[in-house]
Amino acid sequence: MTKSAPKTETAPTIVLVGHGMVGQRFLEALADRGVTARARVVVLCEEPRPAYDRVQLTSYFSGRTPDDLSMVEDGFMERHGIELHLGDPAETIDREARTVTARSGLTVTYDSLVLATGSYPFVPPVPGKDSEGCFVYRTVEDLLAIEEYAKDRATGTVVGGGLLGLEAAGALKGLGLTTHIVEFNARLMALQVDDGGGAALRRTVEDMGLIVHTGVGGKEITADVGGAVTAMALSDGSSIDTDLVIFSAGVRPRDQLARDCGLDIGERGGIAVDERCRTSDPAVYAIGECALTADGRVYGLVAPGYEMAQTVADDLAEVSCDGFTGADTSTKLKLLGVDVASFGDAHGTADGCLDVVYSDSRAGVYKKLVIGADGELLGGVLVGDADSYGMLRPLTGSVPPVAPEQLVLPAGLGAPAALGPSALPDEAVICSCHNVTKGSIRSAVTDHECVTVPEVKKCTKAGTGCGSCVKTLTTLVNDELEASGISVDKGLCGCFGYTRAELYEIVRTLRITTYAQLLDSHGREEARTGDGCEVCKPAVGSIIASLAPTLGASGYVLDGEQAALQDTNDHFLANLQRNGSYSIVPRIPGGEITPEKLIVIGEIARDFGLYTKITGGQRIDLFGARVDQLPVIWSKLVDAGFESGHAYGKALRTVKSCVGQTWCRYGVQDSVRMAIDLELRYRGLRSPHKLKSAVSGCARECAEARGKDFGIIATSNGWNLYVGGNGGAEPRHADLLAQDLDDEGLIRLIDRFLMFYIRTADRLERTSAWLERIEGGLDHVRDVVVNDSLGLCAELEALMADHVAGYRDEWAETINDPERLRRFVSFVNAPESPDPTVAFVPERDQVKPDLTLLSGPNIPVRTARTLEGTSSR
Amino acid sequence: MTMAPERIDLRVELLLDQRWFAICDLTDLIPGRGVAALLPDGTQVAVFLDRAGRPYAIDNRDPFTGAYVLSRGLLGSADGRPFVASPLLKQRFDLETGRCLDDETVTVQAYATRMEEAVAA
Repeated sequence: MTKSAPKTETAPTIVLVGHGMVGQRFLEALADRGVTARARVVVLCEEPRPAYDRVQLTSYFSGRTPDDLSMVEDGFMERHGIELHLGDPAETIDREARTVTARSGLTVTYDSLVLATGSYPFVPPVPGKDSEGCFVYRTVEDLLAIEEYAKDRATGTVVGGGLLGLEAAGALKGLGLTTHIVEFNARLMALQVDDGGGAALRRTVEDMGLIVHTGVGGKEITADVGGAVTAMALSDGSSIDTDLVIFSAGVRPRDQLARDCGLDIGERGGIAVDERCRTSDPAVYAIGECALTADGRVYGLVAPGYEMAQTVADDLAEVSCDGFTGADTSTKLKLLGVDVASFGDAHGTADGCLDVVYSDSRAGVYKKLVIGADGELLGGVLVGDADSYGMLRPLTGSVPPVAPEQLVLPAGLGAPAALGPSALPDEAVICSCHNVTKGSIRSAVTDHECVTVPEVKKCTKAGTGCGSCVKTLTTLVNDELEASGISVDKGLCGCFGYTRAELYEIVRTLRITTYAQLLDSHGREEARTGDGCEVCKPAVGSIIASLAPTLGASGYVLDGEQAALQDTNDHFLANLQRNGSYSIVPRIPGGEITPEKLIVIGEIARDFGLYTKITGGQRIDLFGARVDQLPVIWSKLVDAGFESGHAYGKALRTVKSCVGQTWCRYGVQDSVRMAIDLELRYRGLRSPHKLKSAVSGCARECAEARGKDFGIIATSNGWNLYVGGNGGAEPRHADLLAQDLDDEGLIRLIDRFLMFYIRTADRLERTSAWLERIEGGLDHVRDVVVNDSLGLCAELEALMADHVAGYRDEWAETINDPERLRRFVSFVNAPESPDPTVAFVPERDQVKPDLTLLSGPNIPVRTARTLEGTSSR
Repeated sequence: MTMAPERIDLRVELLLDQRWFAICDLTDLIPGRGVAALLPDGTQVAVFLDRAGRPYAIDNRDPFTGAYVLSRGLLGSADGRPFVASPLLKQRFDLETGRCLDDETVTVQAYATRMEEAVAA
């Protein structure tokens, strides 16, 4: 029998069946309302682990451990005296006697029973569905089994192209399998998006290498003699060879327990409940995905489940509440890296509603807004770019403050810049997971004295669900803080309360030449005389290096204290790779190289066993050098006339070029000569982030100059200068700064532009982000560097002249200095020994790192996940 | 010529199986950075010197990537305690305890260190 409750003898007993996300939310809601203090709470959980974040399940494959996914704060159960029984599911309910019996035989008498049994994956009745290698995608255990089975398999098939199906497909692809998606409907994510959105989604998914089959179902799964899956026949007569099948074709409410004890069940399943989430037995509640709610629906989303959990907690606490009458099913997700959102009446079912659609198949962007007869926003679908979701969802039901077509246009094409969260009414729901309004967020700042976003999140729970509203939340909090006259801490890190731009001015005007001096004089009180941190050390090191010739400091980044400030790449003048080896990139200005120099690079790579690859910046990267090999490799390169390419530094990387008018029949200027001149002028220039450039010899733009920080395109009259371009994760075309410049005019303008950027940008802020952020944007920058509105131009040019005059090759400086060379050993106490963990295995006629040497006692799964927050500290 | 006064070199040592093991001369270290060293059994340790001139030693292996690179990270201090940030994915490790400041489930071994005078002629 059960042991007696630690509460009073007469304490009522609440039994919760199921400990998933909704179950845990219910327990938290009970604790918040003080119910756990006066009632005994017993939880029966089928899974072997406490509630975890099922929504983020797939992130297990990107390195989050099951523990990372836990939803239960340490000590929560103990603190509230909750009895949690893991791996012991409820098996029978006796409503007459009011008892629940679990698999272990444990029987608990209840006063109130809450069913939060969730749902189970629907497996279509395909012959062969029970073969070895068939899985569902629901629990951590499912994932572990899939991961294990996929280890030496080549191909996988996911049945179901909905939300969970795409997640599963992404996971299989991440495990290195050729992945098929089979969807019975005519489009992917049929529930959430319309045909146009489905088409955009499909194109993007296919571009990632997944194979999509729509409008077909699985007919039969065939297995080999051992019973393992070998293929899947489809309804259109075709067949897929596959080693593994994941069924992800929707879920069904788990209502068996309720059926067995005679509770009312909906025709198509689900435990029928009223607005207070009570079943046909008033002592029994049902919440989450197992419940058929008063509006006749079964909700498969977590947010409505949370609302139900709170409704029941209110009922048990005898707090009045509105009950659960239905919920917003708006969702925003990132599936396979694609943003997908739908909200409100996404399918346009209301009478007289009309669509406004923006579709760019090339970019995989599709946006549709559904507008009602009176101009109010009813709903919408966003695929490929869902940034505006945070704004649009709260506007649903109201007439937007600007024309609807403006709401779907991409930034820069007439989208109103001013329509930010400030345009929203106080009652607009910002966080739909936790139903937090703009008004509550504002009052968290004004009434509850929260001064940071994390504090507001803790206070209101906003932004702690799916996280899609955090950007909007941050803007709101900062706006509100500013309106309250509270200054937002924009300091560089925990050591400095100043921004990078402010520190630059301090260093320049006070002629500070060391980090220690700056930290002790201008650091935060608590950080002075300390060791600083990994954020501000390289940032200050870069500022001092940029200004070195002007300050009279040494510009050599390995001199004295400067050596201790550099990230490892700068410290070893090479790029650290995943196994601790380094890569080496000699400068090849403009991408022009003689056959003799090519031969030298080839010989060095061959002699040292280096892996070679052509970079995107028209040069050659040599991978796999041990730290003790670097100086000798540099010596050979320097002897052949090469110098450092600064591939390791926040500095100018390359100036790419097309072949230009010398050879090309379309060229109108000598783009190669200009690229070489620019690369040699700005080489070694330390900046807030890396700098890339390119010169194109005509408007055909073969050098892709508009994707660069500063790009030059030849015209028949001279050069056009574009600035603020970027490739990478957030591509941006560079903006035209000035046109038809002559050579001197071009160089003068670039000098000013770069020095103004270096002076005013934040740490690790590329020119593209800087141009977007800086007040006045491009027009302001043009005013400063073209029209000299601040009277700075002479100074900016002088700073650049100092840089050009002070340039020295860092590799040559290093190999000529025995003291500096001492650093380039694998082991301080065994300078002759190479590091045995840096070794290689063959790959496509070259080498690759031997990672087996790095596996320790517990082989790490994480590879490329940087810890968030290290830069914002 | 005058006789040079007796030169006192400082040597960095770490505690290994109850015995002090000499790693390197103090002059081999730069404040704010580290070096890698081999122990007799082939284990790699990362040895650091902070701004105040105190030496520290922890495992050289970065448990998040498996690479033997912690000696190449940057030093810093948080709440008065010294740490090194891994040069690969930037997780920070307390130099006195080896505890990872960004993931409390991860710890690398830390070694006791001292500076010992080595008298040279």
